Amino acid sequence: MSGHDHGDGVSRRKVLECMTWAGTGVLWTITGGVPRSLGIIDSAQAATAAAPGMTFLQISDSHVGFDKPANPNALGTLEEAINKINAMPAKPSFMIHTGDITHLSKAAEFDNADRIISQSKLDVHYVPGEHDFLDEEVKFYRERYGRGTKGAGWYSFDAGGVHFIGLVNVVDLKAGGLGNLGAEQLAWLEDDLRGKSKSTPIVLFAHIPLWTVYPEWGWGTEDGGRALEHVKGFGSVTVLNGHIHQVMQKVEGNVTFHTARSTAFPQPAPGSAPSPGPMKVEDAKLRGMLGVASINFKQNEQRLAIIDTPLQG
Amino acid sequence: MKTLNRRDFGVAVVAAILLPATTARADDMEVHIDNFVFQPAELKIKLGTTVTWTNRDDIPHTVVSAGKFRSKALDTDDKFSFTFTNAGDYKYFCSLHPHMTGMIKVE
Repeated sequence: MSGHDHGDGVSRRKVLECMTWAGTGVLWTITGGVPRSLGIIDSAQAATAAAPGMTFLQISDSHVGFDKPANPNALGTLEEAINKINAMPAKPSFMIHTGDITHLSKAAEFDNADRIISQSKLDVHYVPGEHDFLDEEVKFYRERYGRGTKGAGWYSFDAGGVHFIGLVNVVDLKAGGLGNLGAEQLAWLEDDLRGKSKSTPIVLFAHIPLWTVYPEWGWGTEDGGRALEHVKGFGSVTVLNGHIHQVMQKVEGNVTFHTARSTAFPQPAPGSAPSPGPMKVEDAKLRGMLGVASINFKQNEQRLAIIDTPLQG
Repeated sequence: MKTLNRRDFGVAVVAAILLPATTARADDMEVHIDNFVFQPAELKIKLGTTVTWTNRDDIPHTVVSAGKFRSKALDTDDKFSFTFTNAGDYKYFCSLHPHMTGMIKVE
């Protein structure tokens, strides 16, 4: 544990800075098993250029269709994020999108999102946010991204020696509760991990944080702890989420928790506003609060390196 | 929504005073969604009352009472109405933000 804050890991201060200025996307570097997210696009680029191993990207909460004062052009800032990604010196292996692709689950919103995101020419692994299941028949997300998935859209895959698990915690929510995985998905997760070597680095990704960030605003998952029980014993576990539109990170034993910025609009820090709704900031500040993440993985290092990169540093 | 002019409103008030409470036409009621909160959070109404929810947030919400009523996703300024024809307590919530809860008590 104590070694995690030394060397090329992200210092506590850096993390706190990131928490204040959450934004574009997160660049995740898996170096030896633990993803580390780096701060800003420029430092992210420097780090990825230098880091061998596998690098993948996380984008989140693109909310295509959102046009309110907090950002009248969410499609435009998504495109800026994709342009940033395309300009990275080292091409990432693939991308994950941690949900809320659209704002209102309209077919045109999904189409627009895909038109922009596909410009990255990367494979994209999606999990849904609650904003992606709003159409009357709840079919647009599944038609586009549900192929080969179980239940409401969960699945796993392997890449670069890492086992990735995409979970869905935005359906069947109970009054008064938080995000929800449900018994069927938890049973599948247990089964999915059965027989895996404990040295296999694990990346869990889902829309709503699997850890309890701020229950007063619903920022947590009711049965997230049960999912984490199933990954106990694995040497390297990284949990990547979105939903809260800001960067937060914590490390607990072998588990690193991290949330990515939105590409659409910032949300307030927990408890700092009357509600978690879209936060209107000065135009000049908006792009510092939107972003992507990059994650780098190197064999024989326990933690993945995560670089959070705002649209504008 | 029916709109009443001032004179009709006066007539309605007089009628409400003259008629016994049980036969008085229930007034329609409103619930607003502001800052991820149903306001008022609890509403006591008479049988036959129509309640209209209006979402005034920049984020969509729903109004759901298990087995009783379910709105579609309400975007900013969208409304949902339900007429209560059975007495009882109706707990409801936003299925997107389940920490948002409310109650309609129908007498």
